[in-house]
Amino acid sequence: MSERGGLRRRVSRALYQRPRLRLALLLALPLLWLLIAYIGSLVALFLTSLYHYETDPTGLVQKLVTTPSTTNFHRVLTTDVYRTVAFRTIGAAVSVTLIDLVVALPVAFYMAKIAGPGLRRALVIAVTMPLWAGYLVKGYAWRSMLDPAGGVFHEVFGHSPGFGLTGTILTLAYLWLPFMVIPIYVGLERLPDSLLEASTDLGAKAGRTFMRVVLPLLRPSIVAGSIFTFALTLGDFYMAQIVGGTTQFLGSIVYREFSANLPFAAAYATLPIVIMLAYLFAARSSGALEEL
Amino acid sequence: MRHANRLAVLAAALALVAAACGSSSKSSSSGGNTTVPTGQQTLGASEGSVSILAWPGYAENGSNDPKVNWVKPFEAASGCKATVKYFGTSDEAFNLFKTGQYDVVSSSGDATLRMVADGDAAVINTGLLTNWNDLDPLLKTKPWNSVNGVVYGVPHGWGANLLMYNKNVVKPAPDSWGTVFDASSPYKGKITGYDSPIYIADGALYLMKTQPNLGIKDPYALDDTQFNAVVKLMKVQRPLIGEYWSDYLKEQDAFTKGSLVLGTTWQITTNGVQADKTSPPVDAIIPKEGSTAWSDSWMIDAKAKHPNCAYMWINWITKPDIQAQVAQYFGEAPANLKACPLTAKGFCEQYHAGDPAFYGKLAYWKTPTAKCLDGRTGVTCKDYAAWTAAWDEIKG
Repeated sequence: MSERGGLRRRVSRALYQRPRLRLALLLALPLLWLLIAYIGSLVALFLTSLYHYETDPTGLVQKLVTTPSTTNFHRVLTTDVYRTVAFRTIGAAVSVTLIDLVVALPVAFYMAKIAGPGLRRALVIAVTMPLWAGYLVKGYAWRSMLDPAGGVFHEVFGHSPGFGLTGTILTLAYLWLPFMVIPIYVGLERLPDSLLEASTDLGAKAGRTFMRVVLPLLRPSIVAGSIFTFALTLGDFYMAQIVGGTTQFLGSIVYREFSANLPFAAAYATLPIVIMLAYLFAARSSGALEEL
Repeated sequence: MRHANRLAVLAAALALVAAACGSSSKSSSSGGNTTVPTGQQTLGASEGSVSILAWPGYAENGSNDPKVNWVKPFEAASGCKATVKYFGTSDEAFNLFKTGQYDVVSSSGDATLRMVADGDAAVINTGLLTNWNDLDPLLKTKPWNSVNGVVYGVPHGWGANLLMYNKNVVKPAPDSWGTVFDASSPYKGKITGYDSPIYIADGALYLMKTQPNLGIKDPYALDDTQFNAVVKLMKVQRPLIGEYWSDYLKEQDAFTKGSLVLGTTWQITTNGVQADKTSPPVDAIIPKEGSTAWSDSWMIDAKAKHPNCAYMWINWITKPDIQAQVAQYFGEAPANLKACPLTAKGFCEQYHAGDPAFYGKLAYWKTPTAKCLDGRTGVTCKDYAAWTAAWDEIKG
């Protein structure tokens, strides 16, 4: 007992005297996880994308050729359908981000600056509540909203966008809205009211205050929110299946090709990663990430 | 012990004979290759557990409906504790089975050959199967569950891909698949198709019957010209489609609500729509061109950790009484025809179990390979990867 206590004490002393060791021990596991599971899987994805299949002489089996080649990337870049689908997916990601931004700005502003503490708390809960429900549940709920034969849209507005690209964008905009509202709300909360008052005192109208004072200070929050909505839409594949009618997204093709031609699926899946990296670099060079 | 050994030797000998008979036509051409795979020789004791990969509804353990349960009785009878994993599509089944975590899988004809080619599937020793002799001969040792007479899959049940239509909307009643490929269809936007590369075969079957000059003999063996013609047809169909379906419940919901009125379906979906009192009246038919169809077979992992339990499961699920339960629950024709007297009156007639005339109208799902499945030589056919790539393009 005392020996164990002694050991414990010695370890404690050793750790106390060596802050670097302490830090290394603290970070070792998460870093290992990051390296193996996170970066490792990306490397595996990239390596796989350099393989390709060839039909073997019997004509019954596809043989995996592991000599690196750009066959798959060539196919991605030269086949019309893969470009069309990529652009459609990017377009959807941009649309979802814009819709969420337009909806989130006034909601977050009201929450942060106008609502009293009680109402504010209620609104934060209301905004995040949909996150408690399952993705599929929300997908199927939107399916019954969009249904062209007797769905909610059809009954209330007399017209439904039906199952298709528009329906998918609407559904995804709904799904990812909290990811836009919360960062903007936090950004607005940090924005001192005095700045708004000063702007008013100096004669700026609401619109001008918003454009010249609020928006520039809010930019890091907006970029943070848009990274979520953009990336989540880019990677989504199942909503297109539930409410997309015949629409296919980048993810739909990766999902299908995964079983028929894994290296090709890997090559195509590199595309959203490249797009996201470009997006992050653009965000960084605009300085938005440093202010986060 | 001695008795068991003798039985095993007998079974192995029988399997050898059966395999040799099946492959005799091939052996002359392959020359010198005399080793015929025979699979597991004896059925040992239960390993205590088995991991089952199945279509939803094939391995019910009472969790969906307490009254629907044939897994628990299996566990009690065999001593194999069963874990069941469901999959939604053949592609998903293929990918899951490949991981080697499952001892046994219910595989449709568009996945079976892929599993065999990938080396995932074990040769089945039919001598160890207690119900093999009772299984429908029209389903045994077929191109979708055997290779050169070597059995890789044990028939479970089958069904045709039917043409379902909303009787209130679609008038006159259709009698041809042409109705879902008609560019000027009045039902544009309310037609459905099956969301899988294998659905291309439906177009091929239609062209096989309506454009004989293309020379399609087998909808799963398409050369360049034939394939291009079919893909063109599928692209004509694409704007007519309101939604493709891969989850039958989604299709059932759409027909019930009325957003879809016409398209390919399974009997189980039709039953679901017809059972719903709020839904419009629907009917499902085999059009005059015939239909594509699926036939599911149980396959065992080549490196199964619990092969004995896998065999025991197959022996259990092909028993007449269990077959009757599964077939009626899922809505398919049972492979074991002795199940028919145990089903509701008229059930086997509705599903045409053991009806050779009906079989003649069907083209069962097979995995397309570069080697033409219709026996043509000197020409390369489009394989499943090409079908998948084409499906990407058809959906656009």
